Amino acid sequence: MEVKQFKNGIWTEKINVRDFVFQNITPYHGTHEFLVGPSEKTNKLWEVCKVATQEERQRNGVRAVDTEVISSVNAFEAGYIDKDNEVIVGLQTDELLKRAMKPFGGFKVVQKALQEQGVKPNDNLTELFSKYVKTHNDGVFDAYNAEIRKFRSLGFLTGLPDNYARGRIIGDYRRVALYGINALIEAKKVDLSNITGPMTEAVIRLREEVSSQIKALNEMLELGAKYDLDLGRPAENAQEAVQWTYMAYLAAVKEQDGAAMSLGNVSTFLDIYIENDLQEGLITEEQAQEYIDQFVMKLRMVRHLRMATYDEIFAGDPTWVTEAIGGMFEDGRTKVTKTSFRFLNTLYNLGPSPEPNMTILWSQELPQNFKDYCAKVSIDTSSIQFENDNLMRAQRGSDDYGIACCVSYQSLGKSIQFFGARTNLAKTLLLAVNGGRCENTGKPMVDGIKELDGEYLDFDTVMTNFKIAMKEVARVYNDSMNIIHYMHDKYYYEKAQMALIDTNPGINIAYGIAGLSIVADSLSAIKYAKVKPIRNEDGLTVDFKIEGEFPKYGNDDDRVDTLAANAVADFNNELKQLPVYKDAEPTMSVLTITSNVSYGKKTGATPDGRPSGIAFAPGANPMHGRDCNGAIASLNSVSKIDYKDSLDGISNTFSMVPKSLGSSETDRIDNLATIIDGYFSRNAQHLNVNVLDRDMLMDAMEHPEQYPQLTIRVSGYAVNFVRLTREQQLEVITRSFHESM
Amino acid sequence: MKCLYCHNPDTIETSGGQPYEIEELVEKVLKVKPYFGKKGGVTVSGGEPLLQSKALVPFFKRLKEEGIHTNIDTNGRLLNNFATTLLDDYADLIMLDIKHMTEEGYEALTGQRNMETALTFAKHREESGKAMWLRYVLIPGITNKPELLHALGEHFKDYKTIEKIEIQPYHKLGIHKWEALGWEYELKDARENTKEEIDAAVEILNQYFKEVKVN
Repeated sequence: MEVKQFKNGIWTEKINVRDFVFQNITPYHGTHEFLVGPSEKTNKLWEVCKVATQEERQRNGVRAVDTEVISSVNAFEAGYIDKDNEVIVGLQTDELLKRAMKPFGGFKVVQKALQEQGVKPNDNLTELFSKYVKTHNDGVFDAYNAEIRKFRSLGFLTGLPDNYARGRIIGDYRRVALYGINALIEAKKVDLSNITGPMTEAVIRLREEVSSQIKALNEMLELGAKYDLDLGRPAENAQEAVQWTYMAYLAAVKEQDGAAMSLGNVSTFLDIYIENDLQEGLITEEQAQEYIDQFVMKLRMVRHLRMATYDEIFAGDPTWVTEAIGGMFEDGRTKVTKTSFRFLNTLYNLGPSPEPNMTILWSQELPQNFKDYCAKVSIDTSSIQFENDNLMRAQRGSDDYGIACCVSYQSLGKSIQFFGARTNLAKTLLLAVNGGRCENTGKPMVDGIKELDGEYLDFDTVMTNFKIAMKEVARVYNDSMNIIHYMHDKYYYEKAQMALIDTNPGINIAYGIAGLSIVADSLSAIKYAKVKPIRNEDGLTVDFKIEGEFPKYGNDDDRVDTLAANAVADFNNELKQLPVYKDAEPTMSVLTITSNVSYGKKTGATPDGRPSGIAFAPGANPMHGRDCNGAIASLNSVSKIDYKDSLDGISNTFSMVPKSLGSSETDRIDNLATIIDGYFSRNAQHLNVNVLDRDMLMDAMEHPEQYPQLTIRVSGYAVNFVRLTREQQLEVITRSFHESM
Repeated sequence: MKCLYCHNPDTIETSGGQPYEIEELVEKVLKVKPYFGKKGGVTVSGGEPLLQSKALVPFFKRLKEEGIHTNIDTNGRLLNNFATTLLDDYADLIMLDIKHMTEEGYEALTGQRNMETALTFAKHREESGKAMWLRYVLIPGITNKPELLHALGEHFKDYKTIEKIEIQPYHKLGIHKWEALGWEYELKDARENTKEEIDAAVEILNQYFKEVKVN
């Protein structure tokens, strides 16, 4: 495995990409002034892509779809955008923006998605899947019990990956470039031979999984051959390193349509090859940027076939090609390289874009020039997000990690996670004031909660009931998750991605909650004001009358912020008591994606004064308009949620008007970088930044054709604003736009 | 002082507001301290903050104990003992607003003959050796005249403590507040500067000051 131009180490003895990067990185402390614009080839290609995406928008969001073939690594022949101008090749299907059927998550979902486009799958497939082939979705519903179905259909558990692919797993795509596939196959064969009896269920399963991974690696070799690439051997130069890495990712998105399929942390890895070729005079800066621009362009063109209801939980057709950029090594060196800058530069060369979901691993120790450039890019494009590298490195243990989906730490090649959407914590609180019954239907959900008498809600009684409700909801949630991941492994195993991860990796199961700010403000109202429930003839709450003032989450007031932090800790503790499939480690996130709108619709009036049906705030955000003591007070409140209680991430989406950051560009850059430093110094985990005027968004609603690339961060990811539904657009506009610090 | 262009006319009255204990304020400041970075800190503004100079002395003293940068945004009208204590000992930065460079112009604009007092204030700060920024509101035909800008530059060109001058081009954003207060906005006929007028003013001031910044 020795490659002559690089410094050797552990990585030459066994598979360890982190060690290769650690030994060979050239950290960069300079400014962005070395960056160059797009090449002529890149411009030509991007023009084709722009026309194609415009056609896609005009055709109801789908430009073309294949109805004949089940997508797999080699289901399609080689596809090109414009071969002569492509320095990095490879498409998911044989045509740009053509979507493919991946029915193993659920065939009905594929049928529905095609039907919405006015087509249907080939009759043979329909017969096959209705009579002979079982999917993940079929398996899950075979095992679901009545209780889980009830929690799911009434909106206590929502967005579960039981009829779509779970995603979130990050293959270490760098391995293909560094080692070549032949070496990876050999290593997996050794692993397989070491998995020996007694043949318990776990051992049998693992042997079957590793065998599938070896098949997937062979399929990747074939995929390379279709594009005349010898992926069997290691990449030998910068262009090959980019191409090999992309081919590995491409194999994954041909085989799977997981909700979020992150890229990992490839920029600094690729920089080593680029730096080498630049030093040897083999390439120019123009070529280096061209490789990255074209790689990123390809990532922007990744598509999956989705049905319309999917858009309610994940609006704007996201793919979450999340790339983690920057961060620090444990020895104090920065992982920032020139290619970290080159990735960000694509947002100028190709214009703003939600994908790839560029995530800055921010540390106070990052080079100041890089911090300033990130702040500039954020202000100019609202396309990037920030996560606290110091915090995650210290608490999770690795300095070589990516971000799964939006906010979730995942060490690369060493561990995976099982995605679990989220539970509606606001509805859970309503069980506590409705005798354990669903507030909308009156159906009994949870035993052991007495109907409340008394004119006003009593805080201690409500808290006692809330804890009972949380325990029971956690139990049902855990049951559903175990079934989902058992079946996903069985019917839609991610063999291509898992082939690029250590055999038998660590797993965390990623639970989540929605409605945190509603819960905090409701408990605060009950504790500090007087809350009188208004009940219908069935005794169910339909409204709440609040007498007096109460502190609201988002104003740096410990009285209510503690209630928020405790609710997170309490629910997480309930989840941690429960047995998990494959002995995964339970973790939890406070993250909603865009489902805060649909969760709100399914939730009756709440004791904080929120009327029935109104959208929640996203993620861990304070409720819209209630954080009225300035931006910093709002940030301080969110930072009080302890990362230890929510290790899968705490999402905060933050919008400021440009002038609140300062009058000149230098001031704005300086102030944004300082805010991020300040927020993360308080051990906060994540910050999505929008620097926008509300007026512009309103104009974009009326004249979408003038804003084809307008990008806005929503909750752990970004979307093209014009691809949101009108309802979602309105929700984004009602969020707090901080006009002062 | 009642400047004709005041964009915060609700702060002109010296009564009103909400009383805070010094420690309450310090606590509020400490909560946001992580966001100050290398350049941030506390600025007292107004209205005219030196109207409360007696209370500012212990406040600034506490802030200095906490290692926080302190700044006073003032018109330089008050130079009592407390103000000089602040200037000499506790204010890391003074942002001094020079309203006009003639006594008559000053009075017409603010209702007070204060130019000499403000210049004395500046001189005192210069003698303390500590940092100062000047601020100047630019109104076409009233303060944006070459002779006034040259007079400003000539007066301050040898000052060593002045790090920069900030120009605030006149805008009409405060008018609605005057109307809400039931007061007449006497500058109604004044217009905003053109880009050329701002550039011309900057060119003149650049001859005298290290840095000229347009807000």
